[in-house]
Amino acid sequence: MIDKTFIEKCKNIFGSDNVLTDKAELIAYSYDATPGIPREIPGAVVFPENTKQIQELIFLARQTKTPIYPRGSGTSLSGGPVPLSKGVVISFQKMNKIIEIDPDNLTATVQPGVIIADLNAAVSKYGLLYPPDPGSMATATVGGSVAENSGGLRGLKYGVTKHYIMGMEVVMPTGEVFRFGGKTVKNVTAYDFTHLFVGSEGTLGIITEIICKLIPAPKYRKAMIAFFNKLEEAGKTVTDIVRNHVIPATLEIMDKVTIHTVENYAKVGLPTDVEALLLIEVDGMGQDSVLWEAEKCVEIIKQNNGSYKIAETDSERDSLWAARRAALPALAQVKPSTVLEDATVPRTKLVDMLIAIQNIAKKYNLMIGTFGHAGDGNLHPTILVDPMDKDEMERLHKAVDEIFEIALSLGGTLSGEHGIGVAKIKYLKNEIGRSGVETMRRIKQALDPDNILNPGKLVPMED
Amino acid sequence: MAQASVKTVFDDMETLKRELIRCMKCGNCMSVCPIYNVEKKEASVARGKIALGEAVLKDEIDIDDETLVKLIFNCLVCKSCMMACPSGVRFDRIILGLRSAIVKKKGLPFVKKALFGLLKNPELFDKGMKAFAAMQGFFLKSEGHKKRKPKGFLKTINPRLDEKFIVPELSKESFRDKVKEKIEAKDPQCTAIFFTGCSVNYLYPEVGDDLIYVLQRNNTTVITPKNQNCCGMPVMVHGDIESARELAKRNIDAFEKSNAQYIITVCGSCGSALKHEYPIILEGTDYEEKAKKWAEKVYDISSFLLKVIKFEKPKGKVELKVTYHDSCHLKKSMKVFNEPRQLIKMIPGITLLEMKKPDACCGSGGSYHLTHSNTALKISKSKIDDIKTTEADAVCTGCPACMMELFEGLHRFGGNCKVIHTVSLLAQSYRAEN
Repeated sequence: MIDKTFIEKCKNIFGSDNVLTDKAELIAYSYDATPGIPREIPGAVVFPENTKQIQELIFLARQTKTPIYPRGSGTSLSGGPVPLSKGVVISFQKMNKIIEIDPDNLTATVQPGVIIADLNAAVSKYGLLYPPDPGSMATATVGGSVAENSGGLRGLKYGVTKHYIMGMEVVMPTGEVFRFGGKTVKNVTAYDFTHLFVGSEGTLGIITEIICKLIPAPKYRKAMIAFFNKLEEAGKTVTDIVRNHVIPATLEIMDKVTIHTVENYAKVGLPTDVEALLLIEVDGMGQDSVLWEAEKCVEIIKQNNGSYKIAETDSERDSLWAARRAALPALAQVKPSTVLEDATVPRTKLVDMLIAIQNIAKKYNLMIGTFGHAGDGNLHPTILVDPMDKDEMERLHKAVDEIFEIALSLGGTLSGEHGIGVAKIKYLKNEIGRSGVETMRRIKQALDPDNILNPGKLVPMED
Repeated sequence: MAQASVKTVFDDMETLKRELIRCMKCGNCMSVCPIYNVEKKEASVARGKIALGEAVLKDEIDIDDETLVKLIFNCLVCKSCMMACPSGVRFDRIILGLRSAIVKKKGLPFVKKALFGLLKNPELFDKGMKAFAAMQGFFLKSEGHKKRKPKGFLKTINPRLDEKFIVPELSKESFRDKVKEKIEAKDPQCTAIFFTGCSVNYLYPEVGDDLIYVLQRNNTTVITPKNQNCCGMPVMVHGDIESARELAKRNIDAFEKSNAQYIITVCGSCGSALKHEYPIILEGTDYEEKAKKWAEKVYDISSFLLKVIKFEKPKGKVELKVTYHDSCHLKKSMKVFNEPRQLIKMIPGITLLEMKKPDACCGSGGSYHLTHSNTALKISKSKIDDIKTTEADAVCTGCPACMMELFEGLHRFGGNCKVIHTVSLLAQSYRAEN
């Protein structure tokens, strides 16, 4: 645990400017963006500037059995970086250099504290793109999003974080520095450690360097918005688009509650008598193919009795997107607090899931606005609550339990992009079973025998 | 004093709960906070300070904890976070509420107490400013026309006051001393009060002259009440709400004596105080209605010209490449950012070159640049770099506090860019017609 000697040693390793120990400073490291989870004020926060310092901290933490909580910008939505004991937080804000952009190998090598939007600004000079775009990309770090395997709006066409990581440097819980992967497209040497560490939520090792895969940025795009009087027709439009082999970069849905709230709040000119809207954007390198895809989408919208608007200019595109961007801010105005879930189902079960959520809202007398990434079945039922209303909070917890139960029964998953952390750890066994939990424990114990790395997250160590 | 029946965030920490609870801790504020961008620490940004407020209410830490006090005062109150907040957290109320609670518990530090006491006594303050103007040579040495540099010993008092520091010379005659209290237009469209603010009154009287000139050209009768005083923003941001209330009430009394239909400001912070802060701090007092009434009538000069009256377009040529800096309080509080640009573009001969982040804070924050000079210098440096990249001849802005900071930054970090107020640019064009 953390005592005077521990702090002195930290100051020797990191320099006293890079160690925080005052309670007021530490309080600001006791949360992330997840509501209603257990939290503890850490015993110290350190800001490493290089890998060697992290190695030394690991040795110190092992000797003293001190838990380590790695943290990027703390925008996680499942409790990943939140301390559960008086351990030490490693904040990566000062390890934020872009080490190299290699436009010929289509890679960028970065330190974990680089902000995702900054990486994209840097690679855009080469006409390149790092596609993962979580909602928090203007704040979130590459390291944090790798640890959480974050998704984003472009998931359907471009995939998620795990599809864009080619290699890493990791400090193992035993103190060794381990580098794997690299700049080659093909690499089948050893186990696929990249995929083990992406999404490991800081439980298996501390990521200190990341090789990201880049792609040429699409040159053309076309956006449209479509309105439907029946949820089923919106759902069928989603599957029909994919069945016709059009893969839009963005295929977002908003339900009636969200549409109403957005229109009330932002007055963007949405019809309030519809059941659902879809925001669709196709993109690509060739103008003809993009136009063909857009026409195909329009044809399908019409077949499913939808009405639509198509953006002819950039400013028209912005106004279509304004509705989607206003979804969370608008919902957040209604009640003091919002709980944003990310239960995910196969694309074909989208409508079943939406109807089930509406029923849960009725059953527990809660206001739930659902929007999200329809194309990949990743919905964001957003439950609006007042944390001071105890009865409502109880109903909230029951509703959340039920949302996960239904997502799993439809062949879906607990989390599409937010991670398990502490928020969903109690549901884990329902999805991966006893054998899954046992396997996770064995991996965790093999790599982190002292259980010092982010203990209490992702891996349930006890039943 | 506020009536006991209405409790505002400035009188009762408990009322802050409703404000704090709205924060989802999403972290969007971190992408825009100028201080976080430099310091990279959670407690530098709104979200961290909100967590501190919650901790105080949960009795996890005392409101007068030494580090907590330091952290809560480490904010420019630039309101950038409020623009990026998806849940509409009213962080201005939160930060001022917390500071107010600190001041209530701890009292004001000696220097602030003395300074704010002076501000509250307009006559004494006026005499003090003039005495200081006469004696400024003891502290500040001349550095070319109307510029002053600190003498060596000041550096030991504040590290910012080093050999690279520079300020405009204090005017020996204040603007309000020399201007006629009422200047009638020949065929007036309306009558407006000119709320000068302290910076124009003592440091930039020429901006006041330019404003009067512009209003005359636009047939507006101008009243510049002699007995107006400080807007109260400087004391309010330091948590001295009682002094702010006193100053606000006195200004409102001065407005009430006129028959003006509008109040015009040339300072983002003054305008924001009159328009947004007065109704909040005077909530529950017998000035509440008056504060609301006058708040409706407050306009920044640029929106007054373009939205309120029939505006005479400037025709005189001004050959200049100009970049525009958004004052935080002008843009983020008064929501004025289109009108100054429209005005600038109307002037024949001017090219407007936008910088990359025109609404990034300049780092002034009133006294923040002195109290937190390390961070403020880094904020200033990135602003100046951004300005220099445009290769503009002049940087134009709508706030004298920003003007001072930009002037200092350009001197410190090098740059041949002039600093000019929007209204002065306009006056220059009108004058060039003749």
